[in-house]
Amino acid sequence: MSALASLAAETSTSTGEAAQFWLLGPLALLGGLGTVLMRRAVYSALCLAGTMVILALFYLSNGAYFLGMVQIVVYTGAVMMLFLFVLMLVGVSSTDSLKETLKGQQWLAAACGLGLGLLLVSGIGQASTGSFTGLGQANSGGNVQGLASLLFTRYVVAFEVTGVLLTIAAVGATLLTHRERLERAKSQREQAEARVRENKHLPPLPAPGVYARHNAVDLPGLLPDGSPSELTVNPTLRARGQMREVHRDALAAVRALEQRTNRHHGRPENPGIPAGQTNGNGANGNGADGVNGKGLAGSSAADGPAGAADEAATDAEEARK
Amino acid sequence: MIGLLVGAPLLGAAVLLVGGRLLERTGHWLATALAAVSLVLAVTLFLDMLGREGEERALHQHLFSWIPVADLQADVAFRLDQLSMTFVLLITSVGTLIHLYSIGYMAHDPRRRRFFAYLNLFLAAMLLLVLADNYLLLYVGWEGVGLASFLLIGFWQHKPSAATAAKKAFVVNRVGDVGLSIAILLMFTTFGTFAFEPVLANANETGEGTLTAIGLMLLLAACGKSAQVPLQSWLGDAMEGPTPVSALIHAATMVTAGVYLITRSGAIFNAAPDAQTVVIVVGAVTLLFGAIVGCAKDDIKKALAGSTMSQIGYMMLAAGLGPVGYVFAIMHLVTHGFFKAGLFLGAGSVMHGMNDEVDMRRYGGLRKYMPITFVTFGLAYLAIIGFPYLSGYFSKDEIIYAGFSQGGAEGWILGGVMLLGAALTAYYMTRIMLLTFFGEKRWQPDAQGHEPHPHESPLSMTIPMMVLAVGSVGAGFFFDSGERFVHWLEPVTGLGHGDSPVSHGTVALAATGVMLLGVVGAWWQYGRRPVPVVAPAGRWITRAARRDLLQDDFNHAVLVRPGNYLTRGLVYLDHKLVDGVVNGTAASVGGLSGRLRRVQNGFARSYAVSMFGGAAVLVAATLLMRAV
Amino acid sequence: MNPENYLYLSALLFTLGACGVLLRRNAIVVFMCVELMLNAANLALVTFSRMHGNLDGQILAFFVMVVAAAEVVVGLAIIVTVYRSRHSASVDDASLMKL
Repeated sequence: MSALASLAAETSTSTGEAAQFWLLGPLALLGGLGTVLMRRAVYSALCLAGTMVILALFYLSNGAYFLGMVQIVVYTGAVMMLFLFVLMLVGVSSTDSLKETLKGQQWLAAACGLGLGLLLVSGIGQASTGSFTGLGQANSGGNVQGLASLLFTRYVVAFEVTGVLLTIAAVGATLLTHRERLERAKSQREQAEARVRENKHLPPLPAPGVYARHNAVDLPGLLPDGSPSELTVNPTLRARGQMREVHRDALAAVRALEQRTNRHHGRPENPGIPAGQTNGNGANGNGADGVNGKGLAGSSAADGPAGAADEAATDAEEARK
Repeated sequence: MIGLLVGAPLLGAAVLLVGGRLLERTGHWLATALAAVSLVLAVTLFLDMLGREGEERALHQHLFSWIPVADLQADVAFRLDQLSMTFVLLITSVGTLIHLYSIGYMAHDPRRRRFFAYLNLFLAAMLLLVLADNYLLLYVGWEGVGLASFLLIGFWQHKPSAATAAKKAFVVNRVGDVGLSIAILLMFTTFGTFAFEPVLANANETGEGTLTAIGLMLLLAACGKSAQVPLQSWLGDAMEGPTPVSALIHAATMVTAGVYLITRSGAIFNAAPDAQTVVIVVGAVTLLFGAIVGCAKDDIKKALAGSTMSQIGYMMLAAGLGPVGYVFAIMHLVTHGFFKAGLFLGAGSVMHGMNDEVDMRRYGGLRKYMPITFVTFGLAYLAIIGFPYLSGYFSKDEIIYAGFSQGGAEGWILGGVMLLGAALTAYYMTRIMLLTFFGEKRWQPDAQGHEPHPHESPLSMTIPMMVLAVGSVGAGFFFDSGERFVHWLEPVTGLGHGDSPVSHGTVALAATGVMLLGVVGAWWQYGRRPVPVVAPAGRWITRAARRDLLQDDFNHAVLVRPGNYLTRGLVYLDHKLVDGVVNGTAASVGGLSGRLRRVQNGFARSYAVSMFGGAAVLVAATLLMRAV
Repeated sequence: MNPENYLYLSALLFTLGACGVLLRRNAIVVFMCVELMLNAANLALVTFSRMHGNLDGQILAFFVMVVAAAEVVVGLAIIVTVYRSRHSASVDDASLMKL
């Protein structure tokens, strides 16, 4: 720290600082690029956190010790964590398409960005001076003490106002995200009674991934006829669009197993799935969009639990009649 | 007391108009009673006035300040001098008689209450007109009688002809009213006041040009109200109104308001000889115009309307002569008020008995069926043609004599014109008399097949006729004996004496001669042989006279058609130019917004780009300024 | 080395952040890019502070941080609320305020 302090106090920069700059500066730029270009928001957040840490180092080497620490603690520590929390809430694994949807937005943005960048750089270049003052004098009583004496004398009004601002922000955020519960939460017993009254989903909902030989919660269970049932996946995952599709091999295996079972029991070949419907329901055939490809059979059979295969098959048959 | 004179009929009008159904049965009696109250008040005031002498006779009453604004001081104040008194007596007496007459005449009209309300309104406005102490208040009365006239002409508004006639009277009167308002404004700028006394007293000290302008504007107003050429066209059509209205408003009182205005403003005209000459010309032309129209009309009321125009022409001419004529103009006005009202009431009585038939060619021989009407009508007839020692004889001869006393060629021309007018008067009045009361009966069933059963009118109608007949016979003699009327009015109007090349007796003789000529001429044409029920085609002059000497065609060609073209042109301009500019601006703004709207696509990132671009431009501008 | 290099770096980072704001549709990423721009500005402020030899620049950077913190709190709350009702964090989806 003392070495750094002596660095900032100088009226010229040392070789060490130059090396640090040329090493970390490109890294910070890379972090910024990553923030802008990463498809997954989590990666963007991590890149930004990296850039912020590097900026904190630059603050330190510029003699702003208090700010450097605050940068690490408040920005990298608190603000970025807040971002990550919200990302988790919204869906951490979703990816954004970088394909532009607004006509001409890319080119306008590029032109503006490039233009502004060039302008700023040329402006700084014009204003460049050979020498600078350095903070030796200002930091002589300690950086934190110097800041404090300024903050509580000349900037005390602004300081108080920012305090009020923070309070208001906290209250506002609470207000925005708070949802008033209008009615009492239903107890387990009441929920069960309601299910009986509605005569829908009387037994518990089917578990995911039963026939898919996969225990992941984001894979739908397969119905006896081999179509995936959306009912088996947690509604939250469904709403986020994070339901994974069942691989087509798994679907084929299920169908083969089904046929074998039928042969073993001497039942007619594949009563559940007529040829036409298999083709019509693309999800079973190639498994390309199994997530969304919920066909007629799937929806009509979705009521039955996945385990009761025979029952569901008869249900489906009845539904077709 | 003077205020009460105006207030009584005004109260009647208000009560009758607001009162509604309650007054349906008694309203007409209330109206007549209030008119009679005015008459009694007028007589009381008259007797009171007779008790004083000369200059002290004029009464002033200041009611309240109407418009007190700095220099603009208009008061509601009355002035009752001999001139006003004459008019007040005429208006209230004839008005009361006609109220009485209307009770019988309008007995079967479902809107009788409204009719009487309008009559009362008219009385109030007319009294206000003649009692006003300043021109502004006179203007209020002037407009009031115009309104009442409009309402009463169009009283039978279900008839399109009546509605049109009311509108026509209103529009033509408006032209005259503009003249009056300009005259009043000119007076205010010249004299700084509206009141009669200061205006007339200072008239001599003002430039003649201004006075001529004021005089001509007053004449325009008088022409409008009194149906003088060139604003005469409305009077004939105004006969669409009920007959009592024609008698009261369009014969006896309102149409003479123009003569009152000119006599009242005598000081102005005396100081502006050019304006006086124009008044004389207008009077002379109207005199002949009305007489010619009266000779050709087969509609009894329209023939009488032509006669009214002609007689008012006499009065105008007399008023234009200056102090020589004012007194006789007013005297003729009063006698005319009596006998013309009597004639109209007689005509109304005839129509009443003939199922509202107005075509004289379908009358004939009515003297046996309506003896009272015949006698009263006949007396009024003798009075108007100037039968010796009846009313018309005195008043008209005095005017003719005053015309001669202008002297020189002018005097001879005026005298000749008026004698010609007198002959024509005798001709058309004899024609009316012969067609209506003599010869064999020519009436036919009307469109519904009702055979008319001529009968005498009820007492409420005949009594006013009898009273008016007495007036027609005696008024002239009463006024003339001992020059009563002249001495009565002299303090207000002044009296001048011209030197006439002919003597009084000669004029009287000549007038009686031409009167006999006219009577014989009419008898020659209508009395000797049966009258055809359908009018013969006639010569060009007859045909033109039947069409009111083409005055409507003239107005149509000179005023209406160019007006239409102008309006159409303005409408075209308005549509194409004004609307074009407005619509074009709107369309271009709309189009521009439609294109600019696309910028507002709702995407926050687009807005961010423009913001960012703006920031870049600002940085560029800053750097550029530094570089420069 | 001249401390102006820090300014160049700051300008580049700022431009990068701006381009991110313009190009990305995920509201959270857009927000992170805004933070990047603020940080770039802070770097410039700190560098100015050093070049001028007084601490006012650092004070200003401090205030920027405080305001940015408040902004992040409210902004993220808004994003969460919008996501809750619309099931989307795309800034392009909230484009209903147009004709």
